[in-house]
Amino acid sequence: MDLASILLGGLASGMVLFVVSVGLSVTMGLMGFVNLAHGGFAMLGGYAVVLAMRHWGLPFFAALALAFLAVAALAALLERTLYARLYRAGELDQVLFTIGLAFVMIAAVTLAIGPESQTVALPEWLRGQTDLGFLSYRSYSLALIAFGAALMLALWLGFERTRIGAQIRAAVDNRRMAQSLGVDVGRLFTLTFALGSGLAAVGGALGAEILGLDPQYPLRYLVYFLIVVAVGGLGRVSGVFFASLAIGVLDFVLKFNFPQGGTMFIYALTLAFLLLRPQGLFGKRA
Amino acid sequence: MSLRAATLEYATRHRLRAWEALPWAAGLAVFFLFPNHLAFGTQVLIMILFALSLDLVLGYAGIVTLGHAAFFGAGAYTVGMLAAHAGWSEPLSGLAAAALVAGALGLASGWIVLRTHGLTLLMLTLCTMALLEQAANMGAAWTGGFDGMPGLEFQPLLGRFEFDVLYFRSQYLYALAVLLGGFLLVRMLVHSSFGRSLTGIRENLLRMHAIGAPVRARQVLVYAISAALAGVAGGLFTQANGFVNLAVLGLDRSAGVLIILILGGYGRLYGAFVGAIAYLVLEHTLAKAYPSAWQLGIGLALVLVALYARNGVLGLADGLRRRGGAR
Amino acid sequence: MKAIGILALAAALSAASGAQAQTVKIGIVLPYTGVGAEFGQQVDRGMQMYMKLNPGAFAPYKVELIRRDSKNPSGAEAKTAVQELIAQDKVDILTGFIYSPDAIASASLVTAAKKPMVIMNAGTAWITNLSPMISRVSFSMWHSGFAMGEAAAKTLRAKTAVVGYTDYPPGKDSLDAFKRGFEANGGKVIDEIPMGGPGQVPDFTPFFQRAKDRKPDVFFVFVPAGDHAVGVVKTYGALGMREAGIKLIGQGDITQDIKLQSMGANAVGLITVHHYNADLDNAANRRLVAAWKQEYGADATPDFMGVQGYDGMAAIAHVVRALKGRIDAEGAMKALKGWKYDSPRGPIMIDPATRDIVMNEYLSELVRKDGRLVQKNIGVIEAVKDMCKELKAGKCAQ
Repeated sequence: MDLASILLGGLASGMVLFVVSVGLSVTMGLMGFVNLAHGGFAMLGGYAVVLAMRHWGLPFFAALALAFLAVAALAALLERTLYARLYRAGELDQVLFTIGLAFVMIAAVTLAIGPESQTVALPEWLRGQTDLGFLSYRSYSLALIAFGAALMLALWLGFERTRIGAQIRAAVDNRRMAQSLGVDVGRLFTLTFALGSGLAAVGGALGAEILGLDPQYPLRYLVYFLIVVAVGGLGRVSGVFFASLAIGVLDFVLKFNFPQGGTMFIYALTLAFLLLRPQGLFGKRA
Repeated sequence: MSLRAATLEYATRHRLRAWEALPWAAGLAVFFLFPNHLAFGTQVLIMILFALSLDLVLGYAGIVTLGHAAFFGAGAYTVGMLAAHAGWSEPLSGLAAAALVAGALGLASGWIVLRTHGLTLLMLTLCTMALLEQAANMGAAWTGGFDGMPGLEFQPLLGRFEFDVLYFRSQYLYALAVLLGGFLLVRMLVHSSFGRSLTGIRENLLRMHAIGAPVRARQVLVYAISAALAGVAGGLFTQANGFVNLAVLGLDRSAGVLIILILGGYGRLYGAFVGAIAYLVLEHTLAKAYPSAWQLGIGLALVLVALYARNGVLGLADGLRRRGGAR
Repeated sequence: MKAIGILALAAALSAASGAQAQTVKIGIVLPYTGVGAEFGQQVDRGMQMYMKLNPGAFAPYKVELIRRDSKNPSGAEAKTAVQELIAQDKVDILTGFIYSPDAIASASLVTAAKKPMVIMNAGTAWITNLSPMISRVSFSMWHSGFAMGEAAAKTLRAKTAVVGYTDYPPGKDSLDAFKRGFEANGGKVIDEIPMGGPGQVPDFTPFFQRAKDRKPDVFFVFVPAGDHAVGVVKTYGALGMREAGIKLIGQGDITQDIKLQSMGANAVGLITVHHYNADLDNAANRRLVAAWKQEYGADATPDFMGVQGYDGMAAIAHVVRALKGRIDAEGAMKALKGWKYDSPRGPIMIDPATRDIVMNEYLSELVRKDGRLVQKNIGVIEAVKDMCKELKAGKCAQ
């Protein structure tokens, strides 16, 4: 069993984790807000793609774009009307609110569409295998890896090279200082939250092949997203990126060689890692 | 000193108020008024005890944990495995064993994990619980795994009161008694100087360090005590139901008790009571009336409470009382 | 005058006894919310279909169905529901039970209350041993697992097999059952791969990659019905295992009819053993499928859970008629032992020795026909018993 197949398999699932979790990391780092409903936005994105393709006959990528915009808009609305009220509240009230919101999303989808799981119909050219020369591998996994890398690059450029990116980084590091320098922090919050949730939506749709898509999605995978964010360190895109990939690859290798261990290894490794380095890979030392 | 004077003195010292007898009277009333619902009633009592244990760490010591079910599960499985494999089915000593095992687990994990805080602490508590859940599944030969251990039988309480499989009568009163004991313990802790130092740690950590209080030690100690109490709740669960399986350890249970405590109001002893009763009764009735839509109702209720009732139901009540008194 | 008087008296008496037609209360415990909601819905529909297609089945007795949500597969919710159904609603019969923990937790209650319990799904083999009041119309993992092992060795002529299974009791049951059947007929299981838990669908890629590397003749997979099954078929195709000459075989849980059409081209060639699929060709099934589609839509279909609900209702109707509306647990079990019925899944019988089901197992291959995925029957094993209890294997020996 060659290394390449293992690596590719692990990277692909890592990329899905990355796309969904990057928004959570930035919003938690920026807003200091524990958003346990993040998985709900991912789920809504998946459902949006399924519905757009099924009822309006949209092609896959158009549906993805639509899902991104729709969920981002919804997130912005929720942020302005509901989330903003809880910025000064305690961590626990935020937990309560976001779990309640997740329940509402789950129930709404169950009532509107039904408890059955849905499949996302991938375009023809994404199914089947691709010949890479030294190896023939699943096209879909390769596409995921390419997309994740491109996203990482785009986000990095966005954060490092644009003004807004600089403002966001500044606000993550020191909100008060950024505010006193004239940065409109409220607007940043809305923007970042919308972007992060939109990305989650895309991740939910893209990841449906691997993670599935049904109303229970938000709470089922919440733990994984939280692990990735905690290990990566809050607020840093690079942290989430490397954490996702590391966890994706490690998980794959462990399951291949010691399937009896189940998911135990991921939890044990996360435990050990966080004990040694509580701030995560790239987080600030508290 | 006359008995009356002595009682009054005791009550004043421990700040007992007359209305505090109400919940217990209500608990007894339920026994007579709703004889067909005692199985559900027992579940509520167990949940109150579990929430109370969480209030110790969360409400009073300010430690946010998503993994408290680990201790509930540890207690539940201790009782279950002792009964199934060691033939040890005396209920009261079983509960004591559950408290010991869960407390030891709390001591060990608390000592390791309480160096951190915030999201990291949250994740560490989660991982500890998840590890325990996986271990329970891997050790399915001992724990029964996903299917669980059915048909557990326990000796009659105090040699006289048999466990009532069908109507849960003795289980209900047993749970009520254990809850009373647990409550008195927590109450005593909270009003003691130990309890006040915990509040200090929660409110102003720096200052507590500055005055030389043994912060870490206090935190680990309260974590261990809370774990032991959660273990008792878990043991009670196994004894009352005659059954235990992996569900005692999942995220569902941890998140559920956290929600209940926040709903009721943390950091105030009766928040556990109010939250557990409100949540479970609401869930029970909504699920019966609209089996497919209860989750929506719960979600909305949680959102509304979070937005408008910051410190839970009791906080809301406080606010109303204050506004009423201010006029 | 006297004659009219007697006639009037007789009329009045018969009217009075007619008005006294007993109402039999049936308590149904199914997941109506949560992860099992789909399955609960299928069983419930099966029950309703039976009553629709057999309107006189319970006559002259009335039935009242009382439904309770068992929510998650933890057992505790189901137990509370059963307790209330017995104590408060005073039901005569209990039925439903998708998940094994739910049935297992409730066993002591029905024994104490002396109420009959008819299981419509829960498949752990030794459940029927837990109480003399329990009978099962659904299946145990050993029915199909053992039969698949035999069929793999005899019909498919496989010599080596790798078994992948979800790491929880039904998965381990299936592994044991398949291994027994396979190795008793000359085969050898060369690797056993636990593939994560039943809670979330894992990414099957690492497990399947490992199986592929072992190069077996067949790859036997057990996963819970639902999304796991869809994931299995996808991963099988994605890794090019068919091209590598490895046949994917399993029990019918992985080709559940309600998920079948979403599996796509990768599923073609899949070989399964199960007691039911919607393409079975017999009169009762044709009738059921037609009525089902008419009631619930052209895309809806009965599946093994639906037919279990159907047959469960048939069993209960038999009990009600046999006991003339006055239900007691011992009488109910007596009536069920040896009960035979022409079900949409073929002829079924309740084994008098174990109170478990005896039925046909069908070996099927998934083919493409008119643009749809269809199960093609390639073999039948008749009157299969639960081999776990028959062989007294492991926990079934108690």
